[in-house]
Amino acid sequence: MQKIIKSIIVFLFIFVLLVFYNSLNRETNYSTDYLVGNKLTNINLKSFDDNKIYTSEDIQKSRYTLINFWASWCAPCRIEHPYLMQLSKEKNLKILGVNFKDKKINASKFLNELGNPYYYMAKDTTGKQSVNFGIYGIPESILINNETIVLKKFVGPLNEQNLNDIKEIINSL
Amino acid sequence: MRFKILLIIFFLNLNINLYANELVEESKIHKNLRCLVCQGQSIADSNSDFALTLKMVVKDLIDQGKTEEEIYSFLSDKYGDWILYKPKINQGNLLLWGLPYLALIIGGVIIVFLIRKSSKKA
Amino acid sequence: MLSNTGNFLLLINIFLSSLIIYSSFKCLKIKNNIIFKNIYQISLMQSTLVLMCFFTLIAAFVVSDFSLITVYQNSHSLKPLFYKISGTWGNHEGSLLLWVIILTIFSFLFLIFNRNHPKNYRLYTLIIQNFLILGFLFFIIFNSNPFSLISPIPKEGLGLNPILQDPALAIHPPLLYVGFVGSSIYFSAAMASMISNYSGRLFAQSIKSWVLISWAFQTLGILVGSIWAYYELGWGGFWFWDPVENASLLPWFAMTALLHSLLVLEKRNTLYFWTIILCLMTFTLSVTGTFLVRSGILNSVHTFANDPSRGIYILIFLSLMIFASIYFLFSKYKPTNDLINSNSKETFVLINNWFMMFYLVTVLLGTLYPIFTDAISNNKISVGPPFYNSVIIPVVIVFLFFMAIGPQAKWIKNKFSNLRSTLLILGGAIIINFAIVYFLKSYSLISNLILISSLFLIMSSIFDFFKKSRLSFPRIVSHLSFGFLILFIGLNHNFSVEKDFNLKLGEAKKIDDYEFALLDLKLSQENNYKAVVGKLEVNNSNTMKRRILYPEIRIYDNPQTLTYEASIETNFLGDHYLTMSNIDRSEYYNIKFQHKPLMIWIWISVLLLSFGGFLSLFKNAKNN
Repeated sequence: MQKIIKSIIVFLFIFVLLVFYNSLNRETNYSTDYLVGNKLTNINLKSFDDNKIYTSEDIQKSRYTLINFWASWCAPCRIEHPYLMQLSKEKNLKILGVNFKDKKINASKFLNELGNPYYYMAKDTTGKQSVNFGIYGIPESILINNETIVLKKFVGPLNEQNLNDIKEIINSL
Repeated sequence: MRFKILLIIFFLNLNINLYANELVEESKIHKNLRCLVCQGQSIADSNSDFALTLKMVVKDLIDQGKTEEEIYSFLSDKYGDWILYKPKINQGNLLLWGLPYLALIIGGVIIVFLIRKSSKKA
Repeated sequence: MLSNTGNFLLLINIFLSSLIIYSSFKCLKIKNNIIFKNIYQISLMQSTLVLMCFFTLIAAFVVSDFSLITVYQNSHSLKPLFYKISGTWGNHEGSLLLWVIILTIFSFLFLIFNRNHPKNYRLYTLIIQNFLILGFLFFIIFNSNPFSLISPIPKEGLGLNPILQDPALAIHPPLLYVGFVGSSIYFSAAMASMISNYSGRLFAQSIKSWVLISWAFQTLGILVGSIWAYYELGWGGFWFWDPVENASLLPWFAMTALLHSLLVLEKRNTLYFWTIILCLMTFTLSVTGTFLVRSGILNSVHTFANDPSRGIYILIFLSLMIFASIYFLFSKYKPTNDLINSNSKETFVLINNWFMMFYLVTVLLGTLYPIFTDAISNNKISVGPPFYNSVIIPVVIVFLFFMAIGPQAKWIKNKFSNLRSTLLILGGAIIINFAIVYFLKSYSLISNLILISSLFLIMSSIFDFFKKSRLSFPRIVSHLSFGFLILFIGLNHNFSVEKDFNLKLGEAKKIDDYEFALLDLKLSQENNYKAVVGKLEVNNSNTMKRRILYPEIRIYDNPQTLTYEASIETNFLGDHYLTMSNIDRSEYYNIKFQHKPLMIWIWISVLLLSFGGFLSLFKNAKNN
């Protein structure tokens, strides 16, 4: 009996130390990019130009949609913009741009300067709608299919690798 | 007569309590939500953009009549369980919530056992 | 030059530690009770040289010698002198030197203060302690050397994080280290006790003072850390159950349990192996805490910079410690015939240990659980204040009752003759609590129970004071202050008022009983920062009291940081606490106002708690 207790104790300590060792190489900064597979609901975005409202129905019309949250005052948004321009040429994909906590004049200037990749243009001036999408910083992008199910999340500016991943998904069948 | 006055005072107190509870609830919810862009702060303590946005959303949800649990459920769906400071009481967290009390019970059993053993010897 | 001196001193110390171990083994072989004179001399030299090494580093900071990487990364020539000095231990590498200082000084002092105890026991303590010292010296030299050079020599340093430039934070590490690093000595003594078969009340007497010293200083260290958090971090709280805070609390629970079980070991010669386990546990928890804080596996507002290589060293050190402890525990364990009488003081000491272990398990679990779930199931969760509060607070209620009754029990057998007075005190506590509820404000059921139980403890302790002799004065002071601590925390929590709103310059707002007005915003230029100072008027329409508070937004240059300085007005009735922060792309400022009653009494309670420990220490020293 005593031997069993001793073995359990030793095993427990080894286990704890191994977990500690394993944790040393892990990333401590939290990121929500693992939250995929959920269906987006209650989509209610004001259009950028007019008083139209975008809902799930509008977005479900396209096969794949990339929802991109951006603002003119956000420096990394400038850096990722060329990738968005590239993606706007893809056949199976439509990009929904949500202008986040921004002023219309500045946003328009930004797009005039760098190009407009957005098929749909929406805005979220208070930032409250972004919570519905699980956004916590910009830029952030979400790739969804025509059932508004989240396929992939990109926290931070898009890079080359992200671009290839998106192309792979939207061009597969 | 004195009893009636006491009763009135008692109910007045209750009402004040209820009102205070509504505001307290908002603060309580803020303290339970983690600011995702900060290093270990709740949205109650943080001034970051994200915290301010989330506070607005929480207020809207309360106004819509959502309960505390519903708010937590909504936000953890969108941001993951990490955003909640109070771990959910589910199967995965059973050890977390259970072990302390288990330790308490085991400790108590050991002490009772020790005392019983000693009194047998005496 | 300073770098060479420092490195040289480090190397000499490695040699000296090895020499102490070697000489001690040689001395053990000789069958008499005399320790070689040179062992004393080398130990003294060791402490002296480690201190010199530390002063060398301080000198480097004071003269701003940026050829040393540590000085470059953590200092700046424009920093005030006081913070240049305290910056020495405000970083990872420098603080390790502080570790070694405590380890060596305690090693030497324990040696000379234990002359009445057997040679083998003392020598084994010295040997084990020096293995610990060697471990840290190797860690310093091979991984975290404060004397490492950088080339080319930078013209200016990167500066110290401004929130660390605070007097409370300057003394926080030294206090805390005397606490949990000091526990190393009874870790070594416990191992030595097992190896040399020196058990029982004499062993208890040997380590008692050391446990008291480390406990009292750990309490002070935690106090100062909380005060710093309250003043500096700007959210008006003093405890957040943050992993780094928990890391300092875990050894404290073990120390408190150890303090109490030593009483039993000394008086009744029982609970020897449990006491040994507590001794080993305390320092093991200290090193585990150090690992968690410095390895970078935790996400916290308090952590040092991340560096996994440090983590590996500490983990190896920790593993060796744990397996050495387990090995000796398992091989030396003998089932004893400990007699624990019910209704006796021993039982209540066991109850104290029982609750302490509960707190320890809870806090340890809460701190480690996110790490484990992430490693095992890749699931990221957070464990924060709501968890700890809801698990611990109900248990504290019962704990306070035991704290009140326990000390009144006699050793061996106790008759409950004072049941009547106990019930009277309980009645008094209940009445006072409901008086507070009636006249001021009602609060939750749990809060009621907390207030009743803490009042019960307070009143019992006061009654005790008038009944008993001077002998239990230190205990009365500590138990009384603990009761006050819980009472004031409870009152503070229930009667605190918080207001969170936005104001722009010249605007006023009325919220409930308060009127706020942002009267002015001034720009001020200080030595190493610029500040936006707000002039905020706070009017309490109930008391008609008018206050002006000056919250600041500070912009530091090196390093570039933005901090929010709270404006705090303190008096014995409570604190008025106000922070102001700017809102991006808006002319509005976010104002957080808090009225925190009886805040200062929380600090005073902890101070008194620690003071009780010092009183006990002096009493113990006088008697022996």
